[in-house]
Amino acid sequence: MNRSAPLPRTVRRRAAAITVLLSVVIAGSVLAADIPLDQRRSGYADLGRDSKAMQDDDNVNPATLWVLDGEALWNQKAGAANRACADCHGDATASMKGVAARYPAYSPARNGPIDLEQRINLCRSEQQQATPLPFESRDLLALTAYVGRQSRGMPIAQASDERLKPFIEAGRKLFTQRLGQIDLSCAQCHDDNWGKHLAGSFLPQGHPNGYPLYRLEWQGVGSLQRRLRNCLIGMRAEPYAFGSSEFVVLELFLMQRARGMTIETPAVRP
Amino acid sequence: MARPLINVPAKVKRGQAFEIKTLISHVMETGYRYTTVGARIPRDIVTFFSCSYNGEEIFRADLSPAISANPFITFFTVATESGTLEFKWVGDNGFSEIATATIVVE
Amino acid sequence: MDGRKRGATRRAVVIGGLAGGLAATLWVVPARATPEQMRAAIRNVVGTATVRQGRVELDVPPVVENGNTVSLVVTVDSPMSATDYVKAIHVFNEKNPQPNVISAHLGPRAGKAKISTRFRLADTQTVTAIAEMSDGTFWSATAEVIVTIAACVEEF
Repeated sequence: MNRSAPLPRTVRRRAAAITVLLSVVIAGSVLAADIPLDQRRSGYADLGRDSKAMQDDDNVNPATLWVLDGEALWNQKAGAANRACADCHGDATASMKGVAARYPAYSPARNGPIDLEQRINLCRSEQQQATPLPFESRDLLALTAYVGRQSRGMPIAQASDERLKPFIEAGRKLFTQRLGQIDLSCAQCHDDNWGKHLAGSFLPQGHPNGYPLYRLEWQGVGSLQRRLRNCLIGMRAEPYAFGSSEFVVLELFLMQRARGMTIETPAVRP
Repeated sequence: MARPLINVPAKVKRGQAFEIKTLISHVMETGYRYTTVGARIPRDIVTFFSCSYNGEEIFRADLSPAISANPFITFFTVATESGTLEFKWVGDNGFSEIATATIVVE
Repeated sequence: MDGRKRGATRRAVVIGGLAGGLAATLWVVPARATPEQMRAAIRNVVGTATVRQGRVELDVPPVVENGNTVSLVVTVDSPMSATDYVKAIHVFNEKNPQPNVISAHLGPRAGKAKISTRFRLADTQTVTAIAEMSDGTFWSATAEVIVTIAACVEEF
């Protein structure tokens, strides 16, 4: 990849300023404790007026199209068992209420946590005898958006299962670990410098309370893992694979870091 | 693909103007994007949208690649009679989608 | 992303700075609209008629977090009667690859001359809305939108 011409002076100055800012960020970082509950701030709070309006009204939120797809899939028979989600779980508006608020959850079969996407795929393979849905496929996003939607307005639950403790710690380690070419950790931006701006973009605290969500940048609905991959690319670090254990423990940690905050699925974010 | 999302009031008073909101799933590929190896991604957009009220066209719009993905369009019309609103989207690559909504006028 | 102008964009600057020397992707720069092309597109619609300022309210956010989705509401002051109504609302931009946004055709049955949609802006620029009236007159409003870029994206 080559630059076609040297960057103009103003642009080079700006590039230098960003490098300086980043060194300040790196130099001033500390291993931070969780943000106190009364200071936890959803990305929603810093949206523009029109993006907020998009999230607030189901008739205007493009993610509703995925939720409706999810509703159709919920009721559709699938697999060799010819079973729909509804056949076991009934009406999702009742049975799925609160589920997304307590995921990732501990799976005894896996001896560890699994996230909602993995739970749905477990149902597909074990109960429906259907092939698991690929990560980030439209169908899997639609189902997780539909299930997640049933927890909208509810607070993220505190993980009470003792068996999850070591995995939450593993997630915290990943969150505070310096990674990538710039040797930056998630915590350095999202714990130590949230509320400031990095190269014109507002730095949020980085909570997972709205996923899957409609990202304006993607012009579609995507999962938390897709967003985290974007973060890792931005940090010039090798992104973890979809469905990796790193992502599950990271999501578990992030949900606990955000415990008590309100689920907004499906949210709208830039 | 989800059916288009149409939002109209359940009941409207005769003679009153009411708002219709429409949202359809479509990538609206502009035709100005390139892959990382320099190949142009061909345009694929909804080019035309219209709404008929009991068979008579009351609104139409010509869309461009500048319209965002998952096109969202709202407009007003006066409630005349109870009946059917028919919505039509037409686009590149033979794209065509129709949706209907009932309107009750009292 | 969609409709973004190529070349030394803000994204290329950020990436260039953050990467500390990692070179930016070479993009082909497509022909893009200039203010002159926008004026030509407007002339296409209004012909030789004078376009007057007023009667049109153009509601766009002054700053957007992402140019992919910009809210647009255009309201025109008109009785919307059988003899005095808005025939059409045309929206133009000046820096996207092409100058048109939307052309909405109304009529006396609309009752209210108000439309809304979401559109794309490739960069900070001026948006123009022109209302075509039943009496053959044209009225306009303009607004400036500052377009910022989302953080941490999928590609360089």
